[in-house]
Amino acid sequence: MADFNLNINGKTQKVEVDPNTPMLWVLRDHMKLVGTKFGCGIAQCGACTIHLGDTAVRSCQLPVSAVGEQQITTIEGLSENGDHPVQKAWLEVDVPQCGYCQAGQIMTASALLKSNPNPTDTEIESAMNGNICRCGTYTRIKKAVKMAAANSANL
Amino acid sequence: MTLVKTNIGRRAFIKNTSLAGGGLILGFSWLNSCKPKQAAEMAAIEMPKEWFDINAYLKIGDNGVVTIQCPNPEFGQGVMTSMPMIVAEELDIAWKDVLVEQAPFNAELYGNQFTGGSRGIMSRWAGLRMAGATARQMLLEAAAHAWQVPANEITTADGVLSHEASGKKAGYGEMASAASQITVPEEVPLKAVKDFKIISRSKKNIEGDKIVTGKPLFGIDYQYEGALIAMAAHPPAFGMKLKSFDGSSIINMPGIVDVFEINTYEEGYEQNYFDTNTFTNLVVIVGKTTWEVMNAKKALKVEWEPFSESTFNMNMFGNKREVTIPSGLESTEMHNAKMAEYASKPGREVRKDGNPDAAFKNAAKVIERSYSCPFLAHNCMEPMNFFAHVTEDSAKLAGPLQAPGFIEGTLSARLGLPVEKIDIEMTRMGGGFGRRAYAHYAVEAAVISKHVKAPVKLVYNREDDMTFGIFRPSYHATYKAALDENNNLIAFHVKAGGIPETPLFANRFPAGAVDNYLAESWEINSNITVGAFRAPRSNFMAGVENSFLDEVAEVAGKDPIQFRLDLLLRAKDNPVGDNNDYEAERYAGVLKLVRDKSNWQNNIDGKYRGVSAYFCHNSYAAHVLDIVMEDGKPKVENVVCAIDCGVVVNPDAATNMAEGAIVDGVGNALYGGLTFKDGSTVQSNFDTYRIIRHSEAPKNIDVHFVENEINPTGLGEPPFPPVLGALANALYKATGKRHYEQPFAVERRIVG
Repeated sequence: MADFNLNINGKTQKVEVDPNTPMLWVLRDHMKLVGTKFGCGIAQCGACTIHLGDTAVRSCQLPVSAVGEQQITTIEGLSENGDHPVQKAWLEVDVPQCGYCQAGQIMTASALLKSNPNPTDTEIESAMNGNICRCGTYTRIKKAVKMAAANSANL
Repeated sequence: MTLVKTNIGRRAFIKNTSLAGGGLILGFSWLNSCKPKQAAEMAAIEMPKEWFDINAYLKIGDNGVVTIQCPNPEFGQGVMTSMPMIVAEELDIAWKDVLVEQAPFNAELYGNQFTGGSRGIMSRWAGLRMAGATARQMLLEAAAHAWQVPANEITTADGVLSHEASGKKAGYGEMASAASQITVPEEVPLKAVKDFKIISRSKKNIEGDKIVTGKPLFGIDYQYEGALIAMAAHPPAFGMKLKSFDGSSIINMPGIVDVFEINTYEEGYEQNYFDTNTFTNLVVIVGKTTWEVMNAKKALKVEWEPFSESTFNMNMFGNKREVTIPSGLESTEMHNAKMAEYASKPGREVRKDGNPDAAFKNAAKVIERSYSCPFLAHNCMEPMNFFAHVTEDSAKLAGPLQAPGFIEGTLSARLGLPVEKIDIEMTRMGGGFGRRAYAHYAVEAAVISKHVKAPVKLVYNREDDMTFGIFRPSYHATYKAALDENNNLIAFHVKAGGIPETPLFANRFPAGAVDNYLAESWEINSNITVGAFRAPRSNFMAGVENSFLDEVAEVAGKDPIQFRLDLLLRAKDNPVGDNNDYEAERYAGVLKLVRDKSNWQNNIDGKYRGVSAYFCHNSYAAHVLDIVMEDGKPKVENVVCAIDCGVVVNPDAATNMAEGAIVDGVGNALYGGLTFKDGSTVQSNFDTYRIIRHSEAPKNIDVHFVENEINPTGLGEPPFPPVLGALANALYKATGKRHYEQPFAVERRIVG
């Protein structure tokens, strides 16, 4: 067990856990931030995607001890009022079915648009390929990513 | 306008009215137990000061806001939006004034709260309309009494009551108190389809905001003061059971509270149909946090041993039988050999028309092909989990499940508690696909909670979820067709079987369209547990039947759509036999629609097209799927889909579900497969079990619905099964190779 001061969604939070504990479980069990989802535990499905700095990472493979001072953003902190362009596009396209994977999809998509504001179809597919949607909402996800890109460009 | 008797679900109306008889009730206790904050968080609707319960499905606030209960559990099919739309339509309220809550599990009020079999909207259609129409009628009568005018002179629109002659007007909120005390009418008018203002007008997912902002919605998100985390170790192979374990090896690990074994069912327990469960004796680890329990589970020392053949009693909806669980460690190799053996022998005759033997002997051409598919895991994105807090005299459970009504009795028997003492909260499900109809994990959670005398959340990791069983069975089918010298289909023979059940539907197309027809069936028992998987049995039969028909049409030198239409015309005008499951005209309808929408006649250079059509779950679906070759590899470019499922309640959400079914079909056809070695699944997580991903999904999907006024039928399942056939047929056009064994991409790695 060790103490960690984590910067999560703009707030510094203290947690006492085993240093090997993945951020996924720190968020879900200790911070009660359950928007980040458990899917596979081996970084294959993307349901647990969060931002470490500006980069989308699989929180199930990120030990709390590796975070240090870096900023962590979860789906709960992506925007204050749920109005990030990606979230708005997701609602406009009405992407979700069961919804379980969508936080991970949105976190991957928002990181993509931050580094590449106007991605091609192939770039979207490539960036989103690590996020499984078992309901098969892929065509809508792509549409929503493009809409978010277009709307961000107009801001 | 039609007048209907308020007999469907009347108990829900009467029961509630008698409760509300005292006057103004500010929500029932069951509403309080149902995440009261949830409603307040929804949208920017101003909340009323008081609520008036009209019936179990709805309550009206003094400001005219209406809360509608969704009776069925939600797993992504959109019922939390579409079911309240039906109530709101007949209530005649503006959709913007509607709040939605997931109803509690209460069979007395809501009947069979089952999500599955594509039966949700179909089975709720009449009852939900009646719930809304009854409330509207009670508001009308309240207004008639208040204004001293005849009720039939009052009209409603968007939550406002109006009496034209006197000029009087009132919002529903103003009449809600009086309406809540009116006797439930015996008969109420329903709207005509042409007058619908909400139904068939797309509405956004009512929980969309919560989903995109990461609010706790799912069972795995369930929070409860003092709840512990539990995980369970099950045998690593079908055919094995627990021999011994050493809890002392992990009990001192950080956060671990207890290690013990449980029996999910007691000896001699008579299982119901949805109690399917191979591994009823488990080692449980209970601890404070998920990560700590996961680590302890990995370190647990446990020994397993092969089991001997055994039997148990099953009560299948009143039909009691003894089920044998064979011993042995099975493998896919063994399964395939056995299936080939059974397929080579005559099966059990299920249907015979005419004289198939003679027709095949006299045929000008005979075509015979065999097809197979592997087991599949459902792989819901949210792994199985359940919360339970069991005390001496009551049980509180919460979690994701499709069929609370089926597990309630099991819980009651296992816990020794009457059903009234068992409260089950239905959370949103992260996928279901049939898997969560088998809620043994809820019983496990309850038994664990009872043992540790504490609230507990049982969580499966992905490996537990994928290897515990309840899979789509492995199937095999052999088709044979006879053509005469004019290339007319004169005989058809289907022989289908599987492990451990047959996928045969003897009375589906082309039964009824061919003079000489034979359907045979066989089964091979297994200790691998199976269950419903999106469109059970159809998910195999549709694909292979459509692949076969494509080959027959080709040999006959006919266009594959016209070939089917000719057969359907025969089935409509002069059907063979009188026990055909489908309506030939509606079947032909989706084929004609997909032919038009896909410009079937216009073959486009570089695009390879496959067609498929099927009837299941009371609905009709047809697809035209286009493949293009990119760098020598086939890619699914476009899918045009036509569906006849009657009135479509929420068109955009229905389109979404059909798109998902198409992606799911392409994915399972190309990649889906769970194989066995020594009784164990070879795949246990997404690194080895391949699920379709973004880059592999169709680039574009166009969904079209046949417009009619037929009462709604199934939608979650029907568009799924035929996709596999359309893909196989398009792949043939693109590569010249027919695919007989699923998954196609593994059979020969040509699609990437």
